[in-house]
Amino acid sequence: MTWTQNDTGILLVGILCAMACALPGCFLLLRRMSMMGDAISHAVLPGLAIAFLISNSRASVAMFIGAALAGILTALFTQWITKFGKVDRGAAMGIVFTTLFAIGLILIKKTADHVDLDASCVLYGALEHTPLDSVTLWENEGSILAVPRAALVVGGVFLFNLLIINLFFKEFTLASFDPALARTQGYRPMLMHYLLMMMVAITTVAAFEAVGSIIVIAMLIVPPATAFLLTRNLPLLIALSLALAALGAILGHLSSQWIPHLTGLPETTSSGMMATLSGFLFLLVWLFGPQGLLRRSSVQIEEPPAQVF
Amino acid sequence: MSVASVILFLLAFSYNTTLVVAGTALLGATAGLVGTFLLLRKQSLLGDALSHATLPGIGIAFAVMSALGLSGRSLPGLLIGASVTGLMGVLLVIAIRRTTRLKDDAAMGIVLSVFFGLGIAILRMVQEIPGQSAAGLSSFIYGKPASMIMSDLILITITLVATITACLLILKELTLLCFDDSFASTQGWPTTLLDVLLMALVTAVTVVGLQSVGLILIIAFLITPPTAARFWTNNLRTMLWLSAIIGAVSGWLGAWLSSIYPDLPAGAIIVIAAGVIFLISMIFGPTRGVLPRYLRQLQLKRKVGRQHLLRSAYEIMEIDQGTHPLRNLPVPLARLREHRSWTKGELPQLIRQARREDHLEKQPGGDLRLSEAGFGKAARITRNHRLWELYLITHADVAPSQVDRDADMVEHILGAEMVHQLEAELDLRDHVLESPHQIANDVASCPESPPHS
Repeated sequence: MTWTQNDTGILLVGILCAMACALPGCFLLLRRMSMMGDAISHAVLPGLAIAFLISNSRASVAMFIGAALAGILTALFTQWITKFGKVDRGAAMGIVFTTLFAIGLILIKKTADHVDLDASCVLYGALEHTPLDSVTLWENEGSILAVPRAALVVGGVFLFNLLIINLFFKEFTLASFDPALARTQGYRPMLMHYLLMMMVAITTVAAFEAVGSIIVIAMLIVPPATAFLLTRNLPLLIALSLALAALGAILGHLSSQWIPHLTGLPETTSSGMMATLSGFLFLLVWLFGPQGLLRRSSVQIEEPPAQVF
Repeated sequence: MSVASVILFLLAFSYNTTLVVAGTALLGATAGLVGTFLLLRKQSLLGDALSHATLPGIGIAFAVMSALGLSGRSLPGLLIGASVTGLMGVLLVIAIRRTTRLKDDAAMGIVLSVFFGLGIAILRMVQEIPGQSAAGLSSFIYGKPASMIMSDLILITITLVATITACLLILKELTLLCFDDSFASTQGWPTTLLDVLLMALVTAVTVVGLQSVGLILIIAFLITPPTAARFWTNNLRTMLWLSAIIGAVSGWLGAWLSSIYPDLPAGAIIVIAAGVIFLISMIFGPTRGVLPRYLRQLQLKRKVGRQHLLRSAYEIMEIDQGTHPLRNLPVPLARLREHRSWTKGELPQLIRQARREDHLEKQPGGDLRLSEAGFGKAARITRNHRLWELYLITHADVAPSQVDRDADMVEHILGAEMVHQLEAELDLRDHVLESPHQIANDVASCPESPPHS
């Protein structure tokens, strides 16, 4: 097991990807809309397929626009079905994203002849292959600084998310904690809602190629949820999420190299292990954190409120 | 399409295709049945977490069976592995929800994505186990009904029939759980156990459906048919039937189309078929559909508007003539217009409708005059309004200046029975009563314009 240039590339993409996802993930978590991340990451598929059809290329602005539109449509359709059909929101979300995902699958199958994209790539991503497609940033007297193109894309999205959240921090916070107050103060919580949905959609697309549509959900939800168990302070929550996201990605990649070696099997997917190790970090905090399960027995705390199963 | 022609249609396929199509339809029916309870329990997305959580189980079962020297791809073993991790996922969701500050959505998202990540990592590792081919395992993700063989189908059918039987056996308990779980627990029913049983049923459907629909889209099979059925009925039994039928039809359609176009993913076609049925139901479903509900509201609004028109005409005549009995004299349009605050365009429309119903006639001079029937109806409506107002003043302590507005809300739905009760209560029998408050002659003198309820 040796460290290669490839590993550096994979790690870079993984860390940036996880951090880009953690930013909108914090607000999804606070708004109790984590499953919207699941819904959007599935539902961007038809948007992508149509954008491919139109632009005929994989790396294009059209792709991001298509995804952003599909993401907003998912949020809109869910809203409509909940409001006009008086359907439970979870069910409405489930119907919308499965139908859109199914349409996307068929579109991809139908266009697979002239587009370089297949269904399994959508789910798994191809993190291992990202270093193969690299961009030279700087070249001087034989020493070359090259980064994977995917790293530039997810890095760009990370900066974009950082910028949006910095610009609208107050609005996002208010809209997350008290939408009614936000409305009376003229902050347009619905506009913030759709802006967040758009951010999730764009992030999902950027991460798609690298880690696939379901690992994205892990990157969106798991680090913020872990941080949520550690702090009640919002800026700290965001900072901790970013740190946990990076840590999960690093440990994930290392264990993808190391664990199979123990059993004599070949290496496994880094993206899958990144999700697994993020989950492992969550488990540690859940059990041993300040409010952890194992700490509780010694300290008497109030009964958790009775919950419907 | 009648049942007979469906059967004839099915027989036109090869023996194997027919079996696959029938199996998928049966799966749809079972999913519709179990999904109904999941929907009513507001736990639809829990099925999503469950289905994703089955993936590591499939990988582990494959590895274990390979290590034991069995065929890694035998379906019973894989399904057992899937059930174990699937149920484990659901229990973890419940544990996270009960022991942390995190809510439902986060708990489901964590379990779903982490288990799936673990699953693909494991699948990737076991792919290289010597002497075994794991190639078919990924068909569990998108589903491939055509890959089913006879023994698989028998297993699936037995599981589904057992699920349906179990579901029907605890129908009463599940109903109670869905509609009033706190009542159920005060009556001594083991609600947690029932919830676990429901999850076990969902697990059975999900795991069995993996092969034909795939783990990403099986959730649609559990959610869409019951949600569509909900628009057609308020009765649980009818809803269960409808949901099962919708599920069966989508399953049949999907499997059938994918046997004709084998390169199209079957799961996707099934989901789209169910989605189309959902859309039609949402728009046209007679009980809760958007269009029928809109029409009912419109009808009520118009009825209320017409009653307001007739009462206004009656009140104007009262003001003009002063004494009872009233003579049915023409009312100028301008007076009507200023008597109540109508919304824009409302008055001409109401007048048109009232003329169509022969309650109102247009005089040559442009004035309006109530017809014989309209006059009687106007008197009755005005009387009901005032009865209700008097009742509110005497028995509900509503101030006379406020009473017009309050009465406006209910007077349109007073039935004959209710009117008799009011008459008895207030000891009034015949003629139209005096208004208990001053009738606003024009809008300007009214303290607040009456709402057009």
